[in-house]
Amino acid sequence: MSQTLTTPDISGAAGAPVLEVNDLHVEFRTPHGLVRAVNGITYSVRPGETLAILGESGSGKSVSVQAVMGILDSPPGFVTGGSILFHGQDMLTMPAAQQRVIRGPGIAMVFQDALSSLNPVFSVGHQIGEMYRAHQGASRREAKAKAIELMERVRIPAARERVNDYPHQFSGGMRQRVMIAMALALDPEILIADEPTTALDVTVQAQIMELLNDLQRDTGMGLILITHDLGVVNEVADRVAVMYAGKIVESGTIDEVFTAPTHPYTAGLMSSVPQAETKGTRLQPIKGQPPNLAAIPPGCSFHPRCPHARIGSAAAADQDCAGDVPELREVRPARMAACHYSEEIFGE
Amino acid sequence: MGRYIARRLLMTIPVLIGATLLIFTIVYALPGDPVRALAGDRPLTPAAQAAIRDEYNLNDPLLIQYLKYLGGLLQGDLGQDFSGRPVSETITQRLPITVRLAVLAVVIEVIIGVIAGVLAGIRRNSYMDNLVLVSTTLVVSIPVFVLAFLAQYVFGLRFGWFPIAGLSEGFRSYILPAFVLAALSLAYVARLTRTSIAENLRQDYVRTAKAKGLKPSVVVGKHTLRNSLIPVVTFVGADLASLMAGAIVTETVFNIPGLGRAVFESVQRQEGFVIVGIVTVFVFFYITFNLVVDILYAVIDPRIRYD
Ligand SMILES: Nc1ncnc2c1ncn2[C@@H]1O[C@H](COP(=O)(O)OP(=O)(O)OP(=O)(O)O)[C@@H](O)[C@H]1O
Ligand code: SF4
Ligand SMILES: [Mg+2]
Repeated sequence: MSQTLTTPDISGAAGAPVLEVNDLHVEFRTPHGLVRAVNGITYSVRPGETLAILGESGSGKSVSVQAVMGILDSPPGFVTGGSILFHGQDMLTMPAAQQRVIRGPGIAMVFQDALSSLNPVFSVGHQIGEMYRAHQGASRREAKAKAIELMERVRIPAARERVNDYPHQFSGGMRQRVMIAMALALDPEILIADEPTTALDVTVQAQIMELLNDLQRDTGMGLILITHDLGVVNEVADRVAVMYAGKIVESGTIDEVFTAPTHPYTAGLMSSVPQAETKGTRLQPIKGQPPNLAAIPPGCSFHPRCPHARIGSAAAADQDCAGDVPELREVRPARMAACHYSEEIFGE
Repeated sequence: MGRYIARRLLMTIPVLIGATLLIFTIVYALPGDPVRALAGDRPLTPAAQAAIRDEYNLNDPLLIQYLKYLGGLLQGDLGQDFSGRPVSETITQRLPITVRLAVLAVVIEVIIGVIAGVLAGIRRNSYMDNLVLVSTTLVVSIPVFVLAFLAQYVFGLRFGWFPIAGLSEGFRSYILPAFVLAALSLAYVARLTRTSIAENLRQDYVRTAKAKGLKPSVVVGKHTLRNSLIPVVTFVGADLASLMAGAIVTETVFNIPGLGRAVFESVQRQEGFVIVGIVTVFVFFYITFNLVVDILYAVIDPRIRYD
């Protein structure tokens, strides 16, 4: 299933895309069968732009960005199709050494659980400074000096005294700042943040998001933000991509998708969330089970849970929700949705 | 840290007292009469026997014997064997040999064990992994003395690479016995490292290291290895006891005049003072080495703090 449509430039962000993911497929070959975690997703990120990826647990959000970072658990995970272009160059086909040059200075990542994502046996200063040592051949002293600078930049108090401390000696929020400092060390053009605040207290969550937002404004980097928090998406994202069963089922600008969804799944996510109250609201569970990625329903993978599904004789020709796969298409200007009946359900 | 070390060193005193008392009791309870055994075929006159018994306090009850021994110990006197040779002399003469053998064995155990474990752990079910699994299973299931004879036969007799026994060829003489002495622990270290590496490779921080654009050699050799070595260090420390017990067998089979063989010989002759003296040295080394390991442990893992 090839995805020929390119995402229209609706972000208002300047410049050509830094990162373009095209028709990416990832599968896990497990003893229990083939798990199709990502099934042809396409998106791009421009400098200064924030793309939010939303979706239920298990919809393939993390796996899709892990493929971009080249940190898939492999085996069992394999990229089986598509391309990941960084400044037009396909990272999937380039030599490993060239990929490593992009990881860090080109694309960097902040993980959800900073405690387990930082190495427990090295000081935070060492782990931040390692970016400079590995990529720029900096000396120990230079690396440490720069680590202190970065720790100050992410507003860790008493950075100079704490540079030799270990991850377990920091609070959750401070540890996440260390992760962010490490990711930002080489001024990446794209920062991927996979649920960067989920493990933190609410007040700390807000501080971390504010920090990420400020840093993005200062550096002009593109940000891919995976989160369950609709409020956060609403505040910081330019565009949103909604994933379901390893596919993007809807994408568009944040305001439009939130106020007028064009896919029944998105509508389900938004339904019980009045706009003014999105802050801190997590995705609402919608009726039915999330699909088993080892046995994705045929046709539209959402059809077993979709209140609008038309199956068999009720469906139009080639638009059987249980048999024909809906392509992601431009249902409105600058709006993509993968639903056969989007216009009929939500209007033009 | 300093106070912790001081406390640990102080703790060695009761441990040493307990250990010597235990050995003393065991030797006391051994069947047979050391003095008569000493005489062999030509019986000593009863007067001579009585003289020896008297000199070595053998007529006293156990506790008195022990207290007299402790009294000597406090003055640095470890007693003497039946031929009148001070035990301290035996120990200073034989200790360096056993230390050389043990150090070489630990080096072999750690270096080869860790390398084999890492190679096996980074690719489960690979050729290397299976090789390590099979060979370690083999080593673990063969008794040490069989392994020793096998090594003597293959590398000593057939290939002639190393001397079969004795210390006539300097460093080369130590290699075969050191390998035999290390074999069992080496197998455990390899297994432990393999499991530990495989487990740590699944940890989130390894993913982070890859995402930082680090080379695979750094991801494994630095980030993963450092964490994986924590249980290995613990094992090596605790395993020193089995290494010393192994030295008794290995030194005897390879005819190496170290402390291990001295223990064997003095048990045969029921030379109580010699056995107690040497075992005390063993216990002392064990305690000291464990302290070093505990300190090393805190160096490798900053989450461990003493005091
Ligand atoms: N190492 C793995 N081995 C096998 N399957 C995996 C592995 N990692 C992920 N998967 C599968 O890929 C699917 C997508 O997982 P992913 O982590 O991308 O979900 P997610 O959208 O990030 O969910 P969450 O919101 O819970 O983080 C899951 O259903 C999971 O079964
Ligand atoms: S294609 Fe059919 S099942 Fe899928 S979302 Fe649209 S209406 Fe529902
Ligand atoms: Mg996830």
